[in-house]
Amino acid sequence: MSSILSITTFIPLLAAAILALFLRGDDHAAQMNAKRVALAATVVVFLISLFILFEFEPNQAGFQFVEDRTWLLGLHYKMGVDGISVLFVMLTTFLMPLVIGACWNVETRVKEYMIAFLVLETLMLGVFMALDLVLFYLFFEAGLIPMFLIIGIWGGKDRIYASFKFFLYTFLGSVLMLVAIVAMIAMAGTADIPTLMTYKFPSADFNLLGLHFHGGMQTLLWLAFFASFAVKMPMWPVHTWLPDAHVQAPTAGSVVLAAILLKMGGYGFLRFSLPMFPVGSEVMGPLVLWLSAIAIVYTSLVALVQEDMKKLIAYSSVAHMGYVTMGIFAMNQQGLDGAIFQMLSHGFVSGALFLCVGVIYDRMHTREIDAYGGLVNRMPAYALVFMFFTMANVGLPGTSGFIGEFLTLMGIFQVNTWVAAVATSGVILSASYALWLYRRVVFGDLIKESLKSITDMNAREKLIFAPLVAMTLLLGVYPALVTDIIGPATHGLSTQVQASLADYAASNAVAAN
Amino acid sequence: MMSADLTIVLPEILLALYAMLALLGAVYTGKDDTASLLTWLTGGVFVLLAIWIGTTGGDRVTAFDGMFIADGFARFAKVTILLSAAAVLVMSQGYMERRGLLRFEYPILVALAVVGMMVMVSAGDLMALYMGLELQSLALYVVASLRRDSVKSTEAGLKYFILGALSSGLLLYGASLTYGFAGTTLFSGIIAATQGGVSLGLLFGLVFLISGFAFKVSAAPFHMWTPDVYEGSPTPVTAFFATAPKVAAMGLFARVVFDAFGGVVGEWQQIVAFLSVVSMFLGAIAAIGQTNIKRLMAYSSIAHMGFALMGLAAGSAFGVQAMLIYLAIYVTMNIGTFAFIMAMEKDGRPVVEIKALSLYSKREPLRALAMLVLLFSLAGVPPMVGFFGKFYVLRAAYDANLGWLAVAGVIASVIGAFYYLRIVYYMYFGAETEALDGRMSPVLWTALMGSAAIMVFGVVNLFGIEPLAAAAAATLVH
Repeated sequence: MSSILSITTFIPLLAAAILALFLRGDDHAAQMNAKRVALAATVVVFLISLFILFEFEPNQAGFQFVEDRTWLLGLHYKMGVDGISVLFVMLTTFLMPLVIGACWNVETRVKEYMIAFLVLETLMLGVFMALDLVLFYLFFEAGLIPMFLIIGIWGGKDRIYASFKFFLYTFLGSVLMLVAIVAMIAMAGTADIPTLMTYKFPSADFNLLGLHFHGGMQTLLWLAFFASFAVKMPMWPVHTWLPDAHVQAPTAGSVVLAAILLKMGGYGFLRFSLPMFPVGSEVMGPLVLWLSAIAIVYTSLVALVQEDMKKLIAYSSVAHMGYVTMGIFAMNQQGLDGAIFQMLSHGFVSGALFLCVGVIYDRMHTREIDAYGGLVNRMPAYALVFMFFTMANVGLPGTSGFIGEFLTLMGIFQVNTWVAAVATSGVILSASYALWLYRRVVFGDLIKESLKSITDMNAREKLIFAPLVAMTLLLGVYPALVTDIIGPATHGLSTQVQASLADYAASNAVAAN
Repeated sequence: MMSADLTIVLPEILLALYAMLALLGAVYTGKDDTASLLTWLTGGVFVLLAIWIGTTGGDRVTAFDGMFIADGFARFAKVTILLSAAAVLVMSQGYMERRGLLRFEYPILVALAVVGMMVMVSAGDLMALYMGLELQSLALYVVASLRRDSVKSTEAGLKYFILGALSSGLLLYGASLTYGFAGTTLFSGIIAATQGGVSLGLLFGLVFLISGFAFKVSAAPFHMWTPDVYEGSPTPVTAFFATAPKVAAMGLFARVVFDAFGGVVGEWQQIVAFLSVVSMFLGAIAAIGQTNIKRLMAYSSIAHMGFALMGLAAGSAFGVQAMLIYLAIYVTMNIGTFAFIMAMEKDGRPVVEIKALSLYSKREPLRALAMLVLLFSLAGVPPMVGFFGKFYVLRAAYDANLGWLAVAGVIASVIGAFYYLRIVYYMYFGAETEALDGRMSPVLWTALMGSAAIMVFGVVNLFGIEPLAAAAAATLVH
């Protein structure tokens, strides 16, 4: 049991290696074999990860299932999970079999496609488990390679532009984080994340290039990490790569991107920015709050005028991530709980929405909203599923979307009423764009000639949606399933941050006297 | 004492003797018919010497009153030089033979160049330094114009020669100023003379010396010869230029600034940092518009030298260690990349257009994958080993209070990532064009796959190179 995290992480990579080395040919049988191996591997990973979930002790502080081996240059290969990361691990392992199932219809270069997704799963799991700064960076950054290939090879018409933009945008963000990592190792003398979380980085003000840095080194490091996570998240105004990437990516790529890769940004804020640079977070927090509020309103408005379904959902993702950043930088327990909850919920809901688009895209090969209308006449089951996830996206009580939005708004209300007021308007806006999309696609008369012969979802598609519906509903009516696990960790995090800030305030008061 | 001195320089003497004997033997026997055999034999001699040097030798010893130094640093550099030269030599045999370029002089000239490089990294005196440098350079000038009937190749040789002569002039001027103001050509004497700081004349000498070195490592703004020489020379020769001579020149650079000017790090640190930042940005930006893969690799090597110089600019033992690791990784990546480039051909003619790689991944998935790994490694994306090279130099720079250099370096690496990605784009996303030939000799295939495998599996522990480089660096920086 001691190396269960490594086993979980590297099974997909092993399956990818087996596919690469032993699978020959490109006929139908070979393609089916590739898909079956990938599906089997992801299912096995999910089953093993269930052990992690059941064995996990929420009330025990610190990291669990820790593995520690020495690596290069005084670094460590150290893995572990705590209350914050364990559910992200579960989210990843839960969604990957569904993602593989969603690409059952792909017929071009199937083997490579499966390998790319399996490698990506290993890297994503590694991000959420790594307990060494450089190991984290390695997984975080390496994920760009398979995603770049997925968008570039299997994407839509403008895939080249989208893949380059995706890669260079996120690469630029994260190399600044690399310099910050180097600086942190130089200062603290270790790259061990648990140690760094309690290490106090210097926070005395200083001047650099004529700018006065309130919060000193902490603010500088915070900014470097922010550059990486804000792009990944993505936050307004550095979100522009996301709509391009989503529109061009194949369905399964969009699902992984929206449901898991975006969460790395939020996870990064929770794991690094808050505990390691509390003063930097305090100094820059108001900026983040306002950026989030702007993101929620602005991207919701942009979503309203989109003509491409995937683009609309992509903008809606940016808006929902706005709630997450807002909740995180409220820095109280409701905000943190809400942010994590919102991320998990968004993982299910946005993933499902992209799958919904994929279902009709597979049939009609267009994502134009105008090309559809009246689908309910021919596709009742689809209309029901799409309705359910539209409602979850809007945040209807009884679905998981509601809990996340409500908790983050509650957290932020205690900190900044104005931001809360602006952000709340996003709830109405999200209802307008989501319901309007639904009306244009599903309701009305079926007048388009091309749609007359469209078929409803088949058994495979229904099977993919069933677990997502179940999870969205379950978390919506019984959120304690999640909050019981994350609660102790978020409580610990918020008290730790508040204590550091109190220290900082006290030392400033001493200095002022 | 003479015999003791000779024991220390025995590897160099043996290699020089081997080169002369091989020359005589080839002239009196089959001439070009022996070239293939001679190439493999020379490669074998390199490997044997590398094993010998790598496994023997202890503490720092000097020969000829300090003119020649054998220490851990020299050993590390020599092993890297010998192994990479051996790899490039055996890789080139098939390519050159099929094009009628394989003359018996080629392996002999390479062997002589390698003797020069070994003297360079062991130099303990300005005279020995110049001797090694010129031996290496003269051999390289000839090798560059090996394809005598090609205008581009002769142009490359001539350009390299004229600009090389200019840089040697700069270097000599610097050496004479240094001698004039320090009163000695011995590094140990110079370091004693700079004990109380450097005089203006000595500083001038230092600057001219560094300019000469910058030319040899092709650091901007002394890089102009690189793209033309890379493009004009036959591809195996380009591969050779991109590997062993770079290690030797960086080794020499480090040797002089630490052994002779190690007491006044502050005086040269800024210059090296400047060279580093200019090289990184020039290499990254100028490569974007290139359509010829050899020119692109030339700019790529300029950028990589910028990163290696970042380690040197740190001016610490850790910086030298980072530089050595960076060079070893860089050489390994380049061997694989050039193996791939050498196999790019159509109807027996070499192809250097990047466009020709369109959808290469469909026809040759394994080779394309290996090249993908190498390209991401060159770009410094983890988990490829190229990332660790960058990580080491960044740490060294940050520890030496050169945080701005580290930030500049990572930004340059993002710009540079674009053109590596462009090759990936052609290989994987492009539209199908007329195919390249599928042939690839077993030697090239092994070099490509071996290099790619090292880039992936090195993530485990870098094959234990770290302590070796640390020990080597410790002997240079006290």
